[in-house]
Amino acid sequence: MIRSEILKEIAPILNPHLVVCNIGLPSQELHMIDDNERNFYMLGTMGLSSSIGFGLALAQDKPVISIDGDGSVLTNLGTLPTIANNATGNYTLLIIDNGSYGSTGDQPTYAGMKTSLTAVAKACGCENVIEVQDKDLGPVLQSAIDSDEMTIIVCKCDSGNIKLPVITLDPVVIRHRFMEAVKA
Amino acid sequence: MNIDKKIVDDLVANDVSFVTTVPCKQLAGVIEEVENRDEIFHIPSNKEDEGMGLCAGAFMGGKRPAIIMQNTAIGVTINTLATLTQFYRMPLPMIISYRGELREPVACQVEMAVHTKALLAQLNIPTYHFHWQKDVEEFDNILKYTFMCNKPVAILTDANFWGGYGDQ
Repeated sequence: MIRSEILKEIAPILNPHLVVCNIGLPSQELHMIDDNERNFYMLGTMGLSSSIGFGLALAQDKPVISIDGDGSVLTNLGTLPTIANNATGNYTLLIIDNGSYGSTGDQPTYAGMKTSLTAVAKACGCENVIEVQDKDLGPVLQSAIDSDEMTIIVCKCDSGNIKLPVITLDPVVIRHRFMEAVKA
Repeated sequence: MNIDKKIVDDLVANDVSFVTTVPCKQLAGVIEEVENRDEIFHIPSNKEDEGMGLCAGAFMGGKRPAIIMQNTAIGVTINTLATLTQFYRMPLPMIISYRGELREPVACQVEMAVHTKALLAQLNIPTYHFHWQKDVEEFDNILKYTFMCNKPVAILTDANFWGGYGDQ
């Protein structure tokens, strides 16, 4: 499965919850599949999906899912020790690990070579790290959200992209409607 | 006057309850004070752009955030300031140790100091420079201004403000 197929499959699981979605194609795909006010689309700032989602989870009680990519996590590896050492049960980090920088043309990442983000997350002190194959993600994600413990999911999948338009929503609109959803 | 306490008192009075920090010798007292206050959740960051991401999330979660860092971080965070904090219009007080200014003992620090104000000006970030201890009196107003306009705002605090480095 490629990322867009995974997102299509897990969209009903994500739908009721606050989701912070990674820059580029992941946000564009989620926007196309199930645009709603509970989604925060990153239009810039590669690497910070996990940090933004984690700050949100620390600031309030609702479940938060950060959708990140292997390339983006590699950009901001310092995030994993911070998350591990300040764990909060309402937070789930979903790393869609296709071993490539999808939005820029599927150049390979080191996560697709020798580096295991699962092992890195564990070494950083994250206690619930689950590596899962794309087709098995749904139930794992659902139980991570339902659980009182923070979970890091590394979902291994194929690289590949679909053609779709950029998000034209104004960033302040994305932020405003998201904050209203947080308060609701 | 205890400057560390005054700064954190002002943060608390302005309902700032989520503070991320990257360490600095000059800011050690403020960071310790932040850590000790029950009203503030303190989360150390490994890098300043990561910290700004945490602050963005905390703001959207209903908390008023702040970041404490060195001026070298301006070189690290320009993309984040432009494409996250400014693009989505979020407030962020940045309490910055202004290394490389008068009474600085380490020459390399000057290399980023000479770019600091120019970079902040290029980003249209409102910038205040605390050089004398009495300058801290404006901090409360700066915080109110930051959360009024939803912008990142820089407070540069130099070695003279902190009383120098002793006998180095």
